Amino acid sequence: MNGLFANENGRFDPRLRQRLYYGRLFQAFSLAAVTVGLIVLSVLLLDILLDGYKWLRPEFFTQFPSRFPEKSGLRSALQGTLWMIGLTVVIAFPVGVGAAIYLEEYAPDNRLTRAIEVNIANLAGVPSIIYGLLGLGLFVRGLELGRSVLAGSLTMALLILPVLIVAGREAIRAVPQSVRQASLALGATQWQTIRHHVLPYAMPGILTGTILAISRAIGETAPLITIGALTYIRFDLKGPLDIFTVLPIQIFNWVSLPKAEFQELAAAGIIVLLAVLIALNALAIVLRNKLQIRW
Amino acid sequence: MQGQTVMADRVNLLRNKGAHNRSEALIRAILLLFALVSILTTAGIVAVLLQETVLFFREVSIVEFFTETRWTPLFASKKFGVLPLVNGTILVATGAMVIAVPLGLLSAIYLSEYAGERARKVLKPLLEILAGIPTVVYGYFALTFVTPLLQRVWPETQAFNALSASIVMGFMILPLVASLAEDAMSAVPQSLRQAAYALGATRLEVTLRTVVPAALSGISAAFILAVSRAVGETMIVAIAAGQQPKLTLNPLQSIETMTAYIVQVSLGDTPQQSLAYKTIFAVGMLLFLMTLVMNLISHWITRRYREVYE
Repeated sequence: MNGLFANENGRFDPRLRQRLYYGRLFQAFSLAAVTVGLIVLSVLLLDILLDGYKWLRPEFFTQFPSRFPEKSGLRSALQGTLWMIGLTVVIAFPVGVGAAIYLEEYAPDNRLTRAIEVNIANLAGVPSIIYGLLGLGLFVRGLELGRSVLAGSLTMALLILPVLIVAGREAIRAVPQSVRQASLALGATQWQTIRHHVLPYAMPGILTGTILAISRAIGETAPLITIGALTYIRFDLKGPLDIFTVLPIQIFNWVSLPKAEFQELAAAGIIVLLAVLIALNALAIVLRNKLQIRW
Repeated sequence: MQGQTVMADRVNLLRNKGAHNRSEALIRAILLLFALVSILTTAGIVAVLLQETVLFFREVSIVEFFTETRWTPLFASKKFGVLPLVNGTILVATGAMVIAVPLGLLSAIYLSEYAGERARKVLKPLLEILAGIPTVVYGYFALTFVTPLLQRVWPETQAFNALSASIVMGFMILPLVASLAEDAMSAVPQSLRQAAYALGATRLEVTLRTVVPAALSGISAAFILAVSRAVGETMIVAIAAGQQPKLTLNPLQSIETMTAYIVQVSLGDTPQQSLAYKTIFAVGMLLFLMTLVMNLISHWITRRYREVYE
């Protein structure tokens, strides 16, 4: 037989040298694949830093956008992002944690529960722009909230809900049964057990998940464009029913302007956006390491 | 979960069933309501999309929508053929997969089979940074860095083109492929590898002939999820791929994807009651169905073909 492991005389030959050589070649290839990803990441970050750093002056944070690059700033975008995130958290946090508690602590093993679970998994895969269409139909037109920051926050809350629920469930599941049993054995009701024992232990994990969900919401652009968040706003945001813009939309607006200076402004805006995201992720990591209880 | 509910019920039996039980039931009902928000969200998406899509198809025939080869709802002579948008979407997504599949799979193999514990702890989070970068940032990178590079190689490259969006999107979804494929390969039990080694296989042979085949369902689920993500991705294509819906396979040309079209209309001053405005819901419906089908297939593969060990 002239098989894989036969030499020209038909005798067994493991060809080990050749096979190990292929192995080393392949290992080099796969290491290269990882490296390519990391190189692209560094080129991207470096390119943006070099394009934008010279526009990072104090005025950049206090000025409204303008037709003149040197008079343009992030004032309305920063206000909009803060308002939107604040409202989104207020809306999404109780609902997300509540849903997580229900699914982990109360839900019987029936069809409704399974339907909810499958549904959450599917929602996580729905493109964000579809949430924008939902927000447009439901909040902007249906509830007649207009293109307000409240409509944007409601849309964003629905978008991050699956992330929050999954993170919340993991954190609640990590609390050992013995904690619940001890509390119930002392005569506490189920809700008292959850409120005073399960939730405090699960909170670090829930907060970490919330922060990661927030950083997703800060970077989202498409759904807010769809509900009609504006790109050019030259007044302070006063309340939840005002029209608004956010950081990524302001960046998008600058990217689409032909003048080279505006492209650099976009890069400067991106630096600010990434700095916020890095800070949030660092906070999440610190929270996880400092507060998390190991059982 | 189950045992604990039973236990709580027993505890409740031992107590006077007064106000306590009523407030307990109320809390439970409120929490159930919160859990139902997710179902309501899906129902809301379907209702909103369906309502406007039905209105749209009262004025445009569904046959024209799927067979006409021109998409010009914003022009004077209106044509409503969605094919050019679908073509643009598939073109960009295919390009992204050409990058993300080999690089993602190789990265996953490296992380799962070759890298030591310490190297993996550093490399995996670093790769995942790529997934955490907002898409508008990728759009900027595609337009201002990748496109000029492409123009140096192929001078006929248009200022907005499918290729640069594809390339950048490929790197955006690379961590998704790598991470999910690695999870699938790490789940292959050590005993399978040991058996292959015992038969004289080298590490490469163990990887490609034992680990990858054993993890194939997880890996293909990862690929499908990545396609779904690429199809639904919006900002990269809205910034870098252009606004010209056309039936072309030339990636150096300006095209338009379904998502980019929705952005284009949302940014413009199209009146909200006009037929042109309803198109974004019809296109959104098609996009929703496409990604839904892919996500369902991906879940189905994971459940149906998961190899169960021990």
